[in-house]
Amino acid sequence: MLEVQLSGSLRDAAGGAASISIDASTIRELLRKIVERYPRMQSRVDDGVAVSINGEIFRDNWGEHIPEGAEIFLLPRIPGG
Amino acid sequence: MAHDTSFTNQEFKVIGTRPPRPDGVDKVTGRAAYGADTFAPGQLVGLILRSPHAHAQIRKIDTSRAEKLKGVKAVITSDDLPDLTNGDRAMLDILENCMARGRALYDGHAVAAVAAIDAETARKALKLIKVDYKRLPHVTDVDEAVKPDAPIVQPYVRTAGVQPPPTKASNISQISEFGHGDVEAGFAQADFIVEESYKTEQTHQGYIEPHACLASVGPDGQGELWVTTQGHFTFRNQCAALLGMDVAKLKVTASEIGGGFGGKTHVWMEPVALALSRKANRPVKVVMSRDEVFRATGPTSSTSVDVKIGAKKNGRITAATATLRYQTGAFPGIWGMLGAMTAYACYDLKNVKTVGYNVLVNRPKVAAYRAPSAPMAAFAVESTIDLLAAKVGMEPVDFRIKNAAKKGTKASYGPTYGPIGIGPTLEAVKNHPHMRARLGKNQGRGMACGFWFNFGGQTCTDLNIGVDGTVNLTVGTVDVGGSRASLSLIAAEELGIPYERIKCNVADTSSLGHNDTTEGSRGTFSSGMATIFAARDAIEVLRERAAQTWEIDVKDVKWEGGRAVPKGVRHSNLGTLTLEELAAASPNTGGPIAGHNEVVADGAGVSFASHICDVEVDPETGATKVLRYTVVQDAGKAIHPDYVEGQLQGGAAQGIGWALNEEYIYGKDGRLQNPGFLDYRIPVCSDLPFIDTEILEIPNPNHPYGVRGVGETSIVPPLAAVGNAVSNAANVRLTHVPMSPPRILKAIKNRRSNATTG
Repeated sequence: MLEVQLSGSLRDAAGGAASISIDASTIRELLRKIVERYPRMQSRVDDGVAVSINGEIFRDNWGEHIPEGAEIFLLPRIPGG
Repeated sequence: MAHDTSFTNQEFKVIGTRPPRPDGVDKVTGRAAYGADTFAPGQLVGLILRSPHAHAQIRKIDTSRAEKLKGVKAVITSDDLPDLTNGDRAMLDILENCMARGRALYDGHAVAAVAAIDAETARKALKLIKVDYKRLPHVTDVDEAVKPDAPIVQPYVRTAGVQPPPTKASNISQISEFGHGDVEAGFAQADFIVEESYKTEQTHQGYIEPHACLASVGPDGQGELWVTTQGHFTFRNQCAALLGMDVAKLKVTASEIGGGFGGKTHVWMEPVALALSRKANRPVKVVMSRDEVFRATGPTSSTSVDVKIGAKKNGRITAATATLRYQTGAFPGIWGMLGAMTAYACYDLKNVKTVGYNVLVNRPKVAAYRAPSAPMAAFAVESTIDLLAAKVGMEPVDFRIKNAAKKGTKASYGPTYGPIGIGPTLEAVKNHPHMRARLGKNQGRGMACGFWFNFGGQTCTDLNIGVDGTVNLTVGTVDVGGSRASLSLIAAEELGIPYERIKCNVADTSSLGHNDTTEGSRGTFSSGMATIFAARDAIEVLRERAAQTWEIDVKDVKWEGGRAVPKGVRHSNLGTLTLEELAAASPNTGGPIAGHNEVVADGAGVSFASHICDVEVDPETGATKVLRYTVVQDAGKAIHPDYVEGQLQGGAAQGIGWALNEEYIYGKDGRLQNPGFLDYRIPVCSDLPFIDTEILEIPNPNHPYGVRGVGETSIVPPLAAVGNAVSNAANVRLTHVPMSPPRILKAIKNRRSNATTG
């Protein structure tokens, strides 16, 4: 079971929760289960999110494996200049 | 196929050398073709009519007289750009920014456009378009826009990030909170607390090349766009979606680019040019004037930031907060959120809280500007850090070293850091000779550090070997800072052939799979990764061809020093086959030899820099001269050090201009007063000293060569480094950027006045 920390305005879409418990082994599974539980999160995922796994930020590779007990943060997708 | 992208610490032969850039001769001889430098038979001149009002209802647009003018081939308004976004509000915002829909939202907002046989006719036609405006109340200041009675810029906007969700429209589109710990408890433990408020004014990226494109759409629905852009694949996708075209039928070619820095990551007039061409059934070229670039493309946010930091007598920070209000122009953006994420990223804090406000105003839509939003947050935080260090009685660099984030630190934006480079950059600053150089009268030294995320993204690369053994490397990331040189070096390193045997091209959108925009310092990081794997893919083919030639098993062939070499004693009589020999024989060994790779290049890793600045302030005029400037940055492996240094110097130069001179000035009427380089002053060579650089090559563990993005972080510290230097030189704290002569003079006079009355 992963404890997923929600950052910034993403908490809004999860009813104000700062963290949620999800059982997932990849980013794709994680996002799918978050949206299943919090349908309002779908638009945030569509807008773009990033997932930090043990401090490493992944924006696009949804096949990335999530190790057991990893520190997980769901972050907004970050643009650059 | 997934590849292992881990750092391998391999020894390099050509990586790290400094050969001439392949596009250098074209650029210094004028042969390079930029956005305005291409032509099509029968092309028309496109011009755009822009709102003279900051906020106005468009009651009616009468284009009839313009349409009747001889030589005018098309006139368009928003009626010619129907909403095809299917409820996607973000896409509709893009469309509305390209052409006003019922309301002009800022001075310079496009309201109509014409295509005519020449510029004179097009200008006449613009004058014949009659727009019936009803002026509406406007707001251009970020602090005014958050007030409850401020004019509402976008009635559909409700503030996200608050509970319960509001039902009333607001100029605050989003509130984002980050942090951890208990800041009140932390402040209670502090021996010293500093609170200060800061403002930064809006600046433009100031790229020398204005936006320009040549659009051509035929009656068969096929189109082409030649354009100056940082991301032609993104432009293709957005233009196709906005105009109802098939993605595959719109070919976008990126011209050479005369600077972008984030400003060319968005479409502005390109959909308009395509719509004009579609209506006129002729190619249409649109070239923005500098006035249009300032008024109608994407500058950075102006900001208002409140900071509070507390520390113990031993110099350890106990708590830190920041409230950051960033204006996003007339459309929602995430720029305040990014400021809140980056503000304290350099520090190891037990108790920290930042709140970012994204605020709409009647100004042009804000775009990224190199490490977007981080410089303004760093200005506020790093200025306060200096004030607090002084209260504690520590040298600014020592105070920062004591509180610097490190491996295992919980970042203020959430995650726990792995290995990071802020500590080494600060140590390098502390030990740099610059820090021991003597200062004269009215001179001051400042330092500051900064952070940026960096990222990778979707990338696709081809590598084709010609019959003479020369190599075409085809990439889809626009070369904004010398990436064709760095990517050629990578291909040369992998293949074991000279750099000069590689020709790197940026492909059009019909020639390669999707590549994300060149932003987030991703060009060399991500296309470099794809180039490594494309070259290794080609090497597999070369080994197979050698095995076929020798009639031995491919397992018995290795690639070494640019040639196939048979393994083992039993093949020792076979000699070797060079890449040239294999290429020449390729027609009879299976045909063309090529490598290919597509990758999602995650793992870019965060980046840190620390800067030192010396200035002299003239107390009579308030003028500041930058005497010496040093950039220290954790850059990962420097593939081509010249262009790494160039990025660090360029970021510093832009940051110095932002700190001292550059500023959007709006009148009470909400109109931009200084849309030109005479009144909006960017630094020129004579304003700047040579900017010294120190590259710290701390390898990125997630890239085979250890590459880290370098293009953005160097603009983060300068506002604060210059601010701390100016404040030390003038003996008064400057809290408003730009620190222009009038603001410095005013601060000095206030200090003298306070000293007299005090």
